[in-house]
Amino acid sequence: MRGPGAELVEAVLDEQARSAELYEAAPCGLLSTLPDGTIVRINATLLGWVGRTGAELVGRGRFTDLLTVGGRIHYETHIAPLLAMQGSVGGFALELRTAHGRLPVLVSAVVSAGDGAGPSRVRFVVFEARDRRSYEGELLQARREADRERERIQRLATVLQRTLLPPRLPEVAGVETAAYYHPASADEVGGDFYDVFALPGDRWGFFLGDVCGKGPGAAALTSLTRYTLRSAAAHDPDPVAVLTNLDAVLAQEHDRGNPKFCTVVYGVLRTAGEAVEMVLASGGHPPPLVLRADGAVDVVDLVGGQLVGAVPEPRFTRADLRLVPGDTLLLYTDGLIEARVDGGARYEEDDLLRFAGALAPAPPATVVEAIAALLEDFGDGLDDDAALLAIGPRRRGAPG
Amino acid sequence: MDVANRHRVRVTGHEDGPLLLLAHGFGCDQHMWRLVEPILARTCRLVLFDFPGAGGSPASGWSAERYSRLDGYAEDMAAICRELDLRDVVVVGHSVAAMIGVLAAGLEPDRVSGLVLVTPSPRYIDDEGYRGGFSRADIDELLESLESNYLGWSAAMAPVIMGNPERPELGQELTNSFCRMDPRIAQVFARATFLSDSRDDLATVAVPTLVLQCAQDAIAPPEVGAYVHEHIPGSRLVTLDATGHCPQLSAPEQTAAAILSFVGARP
Repeated sequence: MRGPGAELVEAVLDEQARSAELYEAAPCGLLSTLPDGTIVRINATLLGWVGRTGAELVGRGRFTDLLTVGGRIHYETHIAPLLAMQGSVGGFALELRTAHGRLPVLVSAVVSAGDGAGPSRVRFVVFEARDRRSYEGELLQARREADRERERIQRLATVLQRTLLPPRLPEVAGVETAAYYHPASADEVGGDFYDVFALPGDRWGFFLGDVCGKGPGAAALTSLTRYTLRSAAAHDPDPVAVLTNLDAVLAQEHDRGNPKFCTVVYGVLRTAGEAVEMVLASGGHPPPLVLRADGAVDVVDLVGGQLVGAVPEPRFTRADLRLVPGDTLLLYTDGLIEARVDGGARYEEDDLLRFAGALAPAPPATVVEAIAALLEDFGDGLDDDAALLAIGPRRRGAPG
Repeated sequence: MDVANRHRVRVTGHEDGPLLLLAHGFGCDQHMWRLVEPILARTCRLVLFDFPGAGGSPASGWSAERYSRLDGYAEDMAAICRELDLRDVVVVGHSVAAMIGVLAAGLEPDRVSGLVLVTPSPRYIDDEGYRGGFSRADIDELLESLESNYLGWSAAMAPVIMGNPERPELGQELTNSFCRMDPRIAQVFARATFLSDSRDDLATVAVPTLVLQCAQDAIAPPEVGAYVHEHIPGSRLVTLDATGHCPQLSAPEQTAAAILSFVGARP
């Protein structure tokens, strides 16, 4: 192996001898200050940028004198504290005041310990950053456009979501109702839905469910499900038959290679004196709760119903229910019982039962309000959307 | 989220010592007190906290409306005093938090029994017969730089992920992170700070007050400290032989000694 040629050795030695020249003419600004900021050395490159002379600055000026006011405040409030605590900072974007305006720069600095008795120094390297700043400007512009686009999508999603939920529940004589919907995200339409609607013969239909998926596909499926349930309900008084009808419609979609399914509780109610009588059917949905007037909480026996639209000839479960004044039926979606609480464990059905137990007896509006507050408390732990629908006989003296 | 979590409240120091509530200003978070904390903690009870969004503190509950005026920050301090049931507390506020402390003392007169104003300024912009050190154009330029140099400020405020093998005591998570703030929040804080005019609030101070200033300070020059001292009846002024706007970092021993002497605790 050959050693370096004589010419190269000479070049290296020559460059070492010219280290002062390198300092002055380096392709970046170099600056040393005392801990109080007083400049003790500054190179020609930096002096050229700011249009000053060494005589003006060395021993007299401070680094912050070279900065714009914004830069100076940025320095005093951010960089100086960091230097004091970390001993170094890297890549701060600042602006120098120059004869012609401002020059964007990137600054790194390190505190070097004094040798023995001498004071320590702060050494700065300053890079010109005009190109980077204009690139940042473009990035910022792109980000603002992306933000605007996102807002537009959120507005669309919100409007679409609103069309899938009743703007307000209808007034039902002798009955109190309350509902709440918590969207998982402002960007996407969720898959939870509910409705209350009039049927012939002083009867009322109601449902609450959850379609598979999110976004536009879920919105279309929700729309299909709602209208199918409403039209089937008008023709058939038996809730199980209504779900069977829905299943047939969804299964057709399924056959087109487009799996669509949902879970839902559908019911029909009528008033009987002060009481409310209802028949419920469930397809794979978490069973509703009844908060009784005496403070007890029942789980409605609807266990065993299968998903609607997912399996051939699914089995749906049916339950008859009688609510007296003070009782409240609560339907909810699994967003509620799958939320993560305190960053870990899932909020489970047992937790909900305990919560309802502490709440009972309570009218529909109070139940929905309390659980809505619980959902808000979950914060980021709630990653799915969640819907609530509560129904009970009108209490004596209740408004309406 | 409760007050203590929202503000990352930390209580430390001597249990039976004089009670100090340490408030950081615009820029960094409660780590600003790191170098004085061990000295003060020997004899004093210390309560430290962050304003929302400072140093990566939770920004929940933050709104531009609430925090566009210093009163919003003062409400936070008052809430901390109530939540922790602080009594006979001396509020030590740095930079803009000095004036926030003055407002908080007005909100909780039964709890705040003294004020230490570290490099305070009741108004940064010059006015007729008043020199704050900045022209309106200067401050507009600052606010404009927060807007135009958005990425510069945000990069500076984002934590730099790098190990610090020479100084492991700092820990990795600390590097740059304590001066971090979402630029949107920083803009509102900067606006509230540098456009504030709290001169009229000085005369309302009814508790013993210590004004601590630096001999050289580009943000709150000595004449501003003198103004604060003159306008708070019975206040004491101590000028530290220190440079910059953060004497708790550049001269921690002197700063701590002045605070201890004011609260009557021995170092």
